[in-house]
Amino acid sequence: MSRTRRVLAPYLLILPGGLWLLLFFVVPMVTMLSLSLQQGDVVSGYVFTGHWQTYVDAFGNYRTQMVRSLIYGAITTIVLIVLAFPVAYWIAFYGGRRKPTYLFLLLLPFFVSFVLRTISWRQILTDEGMLLGPLKDIGLLPDGFHILGTPTAVIGGLVYNFLPFMVLPVYVALERIDPRVVEAARDLYADPATAFRKVIFPLALPGVFAGVLMTFVPASSDYVNSAVLGSSSTTMIGQVIQSQYLVSSNYPTASALSFTLMGVLLAGVFLYARMLGTEDVMKVAAR
Amino acid sequence: MNQPLTPDPALINPALIRGMTQRRLGRRDALRLSGLSAFAMALAACGVKGTGTTTPSAPAPDAVAKFWAGKTSNGKVDFANWPLYMDPKQPELKKFTAATGVKVNYQEVIQEMGPWFAKVQPQLAAGQSIGYDLMVITNGIQFKQFVDSGFLAPLDHSKLPNYVANADKSYANSAYDKGNVYSIPWTSGITGIAYDPKKVSRPITKLADLWDPAFKGKVGMYSDTQELGNFGLMALGIDPAKSTPDDWRRAAAKLKEQKSAGMVRNYYDQSYVDALGKGEVWITQAWSGDIFQKNVSDGTDFKFVIPEEGGTIWTDNFAIPITAQNPLDAIKLMDFFYEVENAATLAEYINYVCPVPAAQEQIKKDAAKLSGDDKASMEAIAASPLVFPAASDYAKLHYYTDFATAAEQQEYQSIFEPIVLA
Repeated sequence: MSRTRRVLAPYLLILPGGLWLLLFFVVPMVTMLSLSLQQGDVVSGYVFTGHWQTYVDAFGNYRTQMVRSLIYGAITTIVLIVLAFPVAYWIAFYGGRRKPTYLFLLLLPFFVSFVLRTISWRQILTDEGMLLGPLKDIGLLPDGFHILGTPTAVIGGLVYNFLPFMVLPVYVALERIDPRVVEAARDLYADPATAFRKVIFPLALPGVFAGVLMTFVPASSDYVNSAVLGSSSTTMIGQVIQSQYLVSSNYPTASALSFTLMGVLLAGVFLYARMLGTEDVMKVAAR
Repeated sequence: MNQPLTPDPALINPALIRGMTQRRLGRRDALRLSGLSAFAMALAACGVKGTGTTTPSAPAPDAVAKFWAGKTSNGKVDFANWPLYMDPKQPELKKFTAATGVKVNYQEVIQEMGPWFAKVQPQLAAGQSIGYDLMVITNGIQFKQFVDSGFLAPLDHSKLPNYVANADKSYANSAYDKGNVYSIPWTSGITGIAYDPKKVSRPITKLADLWDPAFKGKVGMYSDTQELGNFGLMALGIDPAKSTPDDWRRAAAKLKEQKSAGMVRNYYDQSYVDALGKGEVWITQAWSGDIFQKNVSDGTDFKFVIPEEGGTIWTDNFAIPITAQNPLDAIKLMDFFYEVENAATLAEYINYVCPVPAAQEQIKKDAAKLSGDDKASMEAIAASPLVFPAASDYAKLHYYTDFATAAEQQEYQSIFEPIVLA
């Protein structure tokens, strides 16, 4: 009796989480994979035929957007590292008693829906809006100049929306650095720059690694920023998928593109993890 | 040969022994196997159910009676329409509620046909209510999909006395819904060019102006593939209604040339009005009445022109989704807009082509009651070719491409879609 119970216990423990995963991860994934291999049209229905050609066609037609998304995602991530590191560093080492306040301020924008915040950027940056209007009036900018609809606007929006996701993991990594380690470096005649380069930065790397994972993947597959701030020359793969699903009702192409994107991102992340190692990341994540 | 029969146990890989002594089919393998087969079955079982046939067929003769049997009035109707299609104060709906007691929940939720169809398709296919009893849908690709899927309730013309008495008879001959089996017009409209004369120094007269390098990066086009394709076709002098797949490819090349030259700021849905208002675009594809309303409500001075090469004429239609909860109230509201007075006040505000010819006289009568500028503008509406086009105006207008088969329509989509998305 008690033996059976002991054998069953782990399974029972995993049951709620397992069911959750099954219901909300496995089922949609299988459905999507199946959809991507179906043929037909929305009126007469789609039937499973195992038609792999959809993948070839979809990737062939939308390769540009796929590559563009990865490039935007990569640029966003790099800009984020440059912006977020000093912020996290300052909060971790100079935040003092107000650390929680600063972290709260960082998260404050999240209390407003990100779609709304992105749309408000649209209002600010519009061609004759509060920012560009006056600058054009005094002749600082040419009449045709615009920010909306350019890659700059889209990447700017991505950086803006994902900033906390880079600051927080870097902050966690920096915060756990024992100050005595830095002091030791200084005692051993390392100047501040060397101490930073040899001690602080390597110890913060796992945080940066986690931050990259948390920003690069969603930024590459984002579609809101490009839809709101971009134009048809900045279309990202997320928009293509959205439009195939929700404009053309072309479910197979949309699903095939989703899987291709997932595959590309997974491959990229695996490669990245292989190169930089994951153990430290797990340690940071576990904290 | 001196090979020992039993090798030194220390040399044997322990995993091998385990593998030989233990059950071959472990729990994991069993799980894996059953998982795999379940997976394969699941893949095949996930087909998306279609509801219709791609070959259009006339509804069964008793379809009307069948649908309307046992339907009762519930005193409310949920109405889905496009923005800029009614005075925001909704005078007609208030009048309707006062006269009939039926409350109207009016929502401007339709911005473009593709997304609207994609949004309601799953619910309709599952036989569920979409939350609306009445919707206004444009003739075109999605209209056909609605009909072919069996998503539209067949209309009982005995419940539409005003429509029968007052509607322009030519609508019953439309190619997309002959005999008005599933729909009656809300209004028709013309797709032409709108521009801001403050930014564009010369009058715009032709489609070629949308390709003029002077307006680089300031041109707006529609993201709807039919609207976009039509302009590409007409710019080449091709009548969309008579176009062939070869023409589509040539038109797509023409539109790509416009895009790659950096002419196009963006491809818009209904939001083009906003983009024009904000100065994002100076010259854009536009729907006739929108610009009139924008000028009235925001005091702007935008111009709308039907290009020399021609514009397109389309019809937005009242239709009742098959799963409507309050169809009786919906059809009552449809008929209400065919009372001459109501058709007149609606046209006075939205400035779209009125499907009730007698409304022209009514608007003149309304004008007579006014004075000064108001009178002049009301008289202008009664005389406007955008509201009551004459035969000579229709000569300049083209109809949409009519697709014979779903395959043809998919081909059309696949030709023009990459322009909008790429």
